[in-house]
Amino acid sequence: MSSFSVTEPSKGQKWFAGIVVVVYALVTLMPLVWIIATGFKSPADAIAYPPKIVYEPTLEGYVNLFTTRTRMTPEALEEIGPPQTWYDRIVRRYDMVISGPSRYGERFLNSIIIGFGSTFLSIFLGTLAAYAFSRYRVPLKDDLMFFILSTRMMPPIAVAIPIFLMFRQLGLSDTHLGMILLYTAVNLSLSVWLLKGFIDEIPIEYEEAALIDGYTRFQAFYKVVLPQATTGIASTAIFCLIFSWNEYAFAVLLTSGTAQTAPPFIPTIIGVGKDWPAVAAGTTLFLVPVMVFTILLRKHLLRGITFGAVRK
Amino acid sequence: MAEVVLNGVSKTFGATEAVRHVSMTVPDGAFVVLLGPTGAGKTTTLRLIAGLEAPDAGTITIGGEVVNGTSPAERNVAMVFQQYSLYPHLTVRENLEFPLKSPILRTPKAEIDRRISEVAKVLRIDHKLDNKSTQLSGGEMQRVSIGRALVREPAIFLMDEPLSSLDAKLRSELRVELKRIQAQLGATVLYVTHDQIEAMTMATHVGVLDEGGLVQFGTPREIYENPVSTYVASRLGLPRINLLPVSVFPGAPADAAIIGLRPEQIEQGAGREAKVTRVEHLGDQMRVHLDLEGQAITTLADPHQNYATGDTLKIQPRDPLYFDATGQRI
Repeated sequence: MSSFSVTEPSKGQKWFAGIVVVVYALVTLMPLVWIIATGFKSPADAIAYPPKIVYEPTLEGYVNLFTTRTRMTPEALEEIGPPQTWYDRIVRRYDMVISGPSRYGERFLNSIIIGFGSTFLSIFLGTLAAYAFSRYRVPLKDDLMFFILSTRMMPPIAVAIPIFLMFRQLGLSDTHLGMILLYTAVNLSLSVWLLKGFIDEIPIEYEEAALIDGYTRFQAFYKVVLPQATTGIASTAIFCLIFSWNEYAFAVLLTSGTAQTAPPFIPTIIGVGKDWPAVAAGTTLFLVPVMVFTILLRKHLLRGITFGAVRK
Repeated sequence: MAEVVLNGVSKTFGATEAVRHVSMTVPDGAFVVLLGPTGAGKTTTLRLIAGLEAPDAGTITIGGEVVNGTSPAERNVAMVFQQYSLYPHLTVRENLEFPLKSPILRTPKAEIDRRISEVAKVLRIDHKLDNKSTQLSGGEMQRVSIGRALVREPAIFLMDEPLSSLDAKLRSELRVELKRIQAQLGATVLYVTHDQIEAMTMATHVGVLDEGGLVQFGTPREIYENPVSTYVASRLGLPRINLLPVSVFPGAPADAAIIGLRPEQIEQGAGREAKVTRVEHLGDQMRVHLDLEGQAITTLADPHQNYATGDTLKIQPRDPLYFDATGQRI
């Protein structure tokens, strides 16, 4: 006998849900798979039509990504002698030799410094501000919170010109510090609002208990509130990192050399040679840090749940 | 352990006067119970002593030192909250260690271990020490909460209905245990409760609060036998004191308006006839609900009596309490 249950979905509903998930996964994963696959194609395979599903994988894209190469005359190549390493052999097929490293490594490092730096700063300031807004009687609290949120109500690029002029005046153009400060400013509204919500959820009784147990306000915050806010801090950090990691418009406008991040650099790889595999390789590697960061923090997303410890 | 003195302490939240000119001395080593209905200011009084709230007026003295303006940590008080507030990210052992590891105490490791195993044994949580605090039952959580106070040697223990969330059996066991620990340590305890058995059995002194004001302070016996008002008289005693118009029985003083009769102040077998409306057998005693001129009266009778609804019973007062029209004792 079959009976209707409010909690157990029917077979049809399960199938429908399954199909939706599979379709969604295909739609979102296809470009990713395409990029990763293109990174291992030769330039000819990358632009072949119809697109090649089966192809001979090569690391050419990755070699091109990390090196600069010079074309040589056959006589000059003769003089140098046979290629010594696997990557020398790859470039020699095109009568070229490696003349030095490309700037990808530097740009990637810039992205790491600026992305993680601004994420750390956004979380650090955001947590303190959120705690103050959550626990203290701040004058004009609601107005201040609204003001903080209102900075998000326009696309950040709308203020690009004033920021560009400010940065030039302050000497912050094309500096790591400048980019960290800029991304922190954009992320702060998000982190303050998200974290305030998480801290509001932590009952104040814990801090009161800690105060009576002999701790100062700050120690109570550090020992009792922070460990329970890890869930919120982890998810907020992921949001902040994704924004500053992927940000393109300001990076194009405000950086050109020293502090240039990877997003504005990757398109420049295309150059004249239409080197799509190198672009794809650069993009693939660029995805890794955020993925690793998210996976590392994933366990915190499930931890520190205060469920059941306080009787309401 | 120390004496705690409140002198003219007041606290207002917005328009509500939570605590009104309370003056009270909790003697060193005393077990003081605060009684009063919800909103009488019991919890606020505890929080004022703990330093979680600052008084608007008056002084609070702990061990001879005025503590107004000092932080809770500096006051060396231990508090058990009504809502058990175990740190959910810590194990039971870490919860118990928490106050001992505070920057104020900095207890050596060996001493911490000794005290924790001692307290854990007393509260019967020694087999749960390495559990996450969120894996405990409500009763276990509250015992850990009490344990977190007991591992310290504070000037005063503040307990806000610590047993109210426990089941009856555990409550009576812990009541005896708490009293034993208090007597053994010579601890000063200020204890908030609704439960009159807790008040009568544990307290050396009882303070009765009404709308933020302290209306009477004395030994449980004084409070029970000599209440200053009908309000105080109603706080202690089960079944509750019968408050009747003075006209029901003869012999009242001139300005009395209300006669107060506790069950044991009702003599049976002589006097006026009352009708039995209901009989409750409680095993060791029998409660008899009576009707006298439309006034409901509850009294106790020998459980071997065979009263039934509709019977009549002669009753008269013995050493009753008289109150005036405003409820003040005469």
